[in-house]
Amino acid sequence: MADYFWVFVVGGIICVIGQIIQDTTKLLPAHILVLYVVTGAILTGIGIYPKIVEVGQSGATVPIMGFGYSLAKGAMEAVDKDGFIGAFTGGISATSAGVAAVVLFGYIAAILGNSKTKR
Amino acid sequence: MHKIGRQTIRFPNPPSISNTASIVGPKEAEGPLKIYFDKVETDDTCGETSYEKAEECICYTAIQTLLQKEKLQATDIDYYLGGDLLNQIISTSFTAQKIAIPFFGLYNACATFSEGMQLAACLVSGQFAKNVIVSSSSHFSSAERQYRSPLESGIQRKMTAQWTVTGSGAVVISNQQKSPYITHITTGIVQDYGVKEADNMGTAMAPAAVETIIAHFNDTGFEPKDYDLIITGDLGTIGKEISMDLLSREGFNVSNIYTDCGVEIFSEEQDTHARGSGAGCSAVVFSGYIYKKLRNKELNRVLFVPTGALLSPTTTLQGDSIPCIAHAVTIENEPQLGRG
Repeated sequence: MADYFWVFVVGGIICVIGQIIQDTTKLLPAHILVLYVVTGAILTGIGIYPKIVEVGQSGATVPIMGFGYSLAKGAMEAVDKDGFIGAFTGGISATSAGVAAVVLFGYIAAILGNSKTKR
Repeated sequence: MHKIGRQTIRFPNPPSISNTASIVGPKEAEGPLKIYFDKVETDDTCGETSYEKAEECICYTAIQTLLQKEKLQATDIDYYLGGDLLNQIISTSFTAQKIAIPFFGLYNACATFSEGMQLAACLVSGQFAKNVIVSSSSHFSSAERQYRSPLESGIQRKMTAQWTVTGSGAVVISNQQKSPYITHITTGIVQDYGVKEADNMGTAMAPAAVETIIAHFNDTGFEPKDYDLIITGDLGTIGKEISMDLLSREGFNVSNIYTDCGVEIFSEEQDTHARGSGAGCSAVVFSGYIYKKLRNKELNRVLFVPTGALLSPTTTLQGDSIPCIAHAVTIENEPQLGRG
């Protein structure tokens, strides 16, 4: 049960920070999205985000910051394995399953659904 | 010369607004002005396959309704002036192709309707035309895609954001002797006070509205008390407050006769945040609500001031500020203002 608690808290905090940025700055949602991915990658590079993932688990990997984490983690692992070229290949291969799933599920949703006006 | 001051024209032979038509979508029909509209589209796709086609359908329906109400054929209309918010004003241009009336396509964003009324009044008063139709339209879902994000991305709207009205308003401006009449027009000058947020249009547009209203009073010598109603186009709740504040600082107390079409069209409970906007907003509020109040003499002198934010998606992405405009039209049942 403690795991669920920390997943909820860590995921919640990440989202609350996003909401505060959205409400108090002039940044648009797309800005915040990019900011989060880059922040996730940088925090992983300097060793902070893996510690957050240890505590928050999917609470830290599911939000978009987790995408930056996967990119950086994949790149670092590939550099260890393949050398310098790994910096270019590692991020993409680590996130390739997610990216391919997004394309596939997005395509299926576009075939099955129609956009509707917000209520 | 019938021009008075820098920005105003006074018509010695005021053209008549002989009829109007207003078509709205489902959300507008749940709002406080629902009883004033001619027709409600309960399905905001109008049975079409895209929201752009739906907007075109609403625009075309407004023109057809107007012709039927006034018992006119398209061949009786000398010119069609209109515009909308989509790229290359497609809703209006495609409608113009169907109705086959000599066409001037206009763009002043949400001030397109008054831009069209002003030019139509000049055409009719100058005896270049007997009947001119003016229309403008907008659609929530096509405007979201045009100016902000596709609906599918489910972006959270800020509290300063306004809700684009789904609807189209159209008027016939003619040389008939039938009240109400357009007696004065004040054409706006583009204002830019450096607001960059595309989801805070009310703040961006308020100075343009205030500049045009003050220019109108300065050019004509009229005062707020000469009017029963001063109504701006689509400033919403935030822009309305700013306008009232700016006008009172300039010495014009309009608090008891001033409102905004965007504020009127939706109620607080409809959760649109800062209320309505869009080229269709002032068009349907005028064609529905204001015109009917003028015809039954509840209102006799109205200053109608639609406001437009002249941004494009490209300028927003490039971080430019938002230039804005407002055009004022004086509408009177008995042309008396400025006649001693």
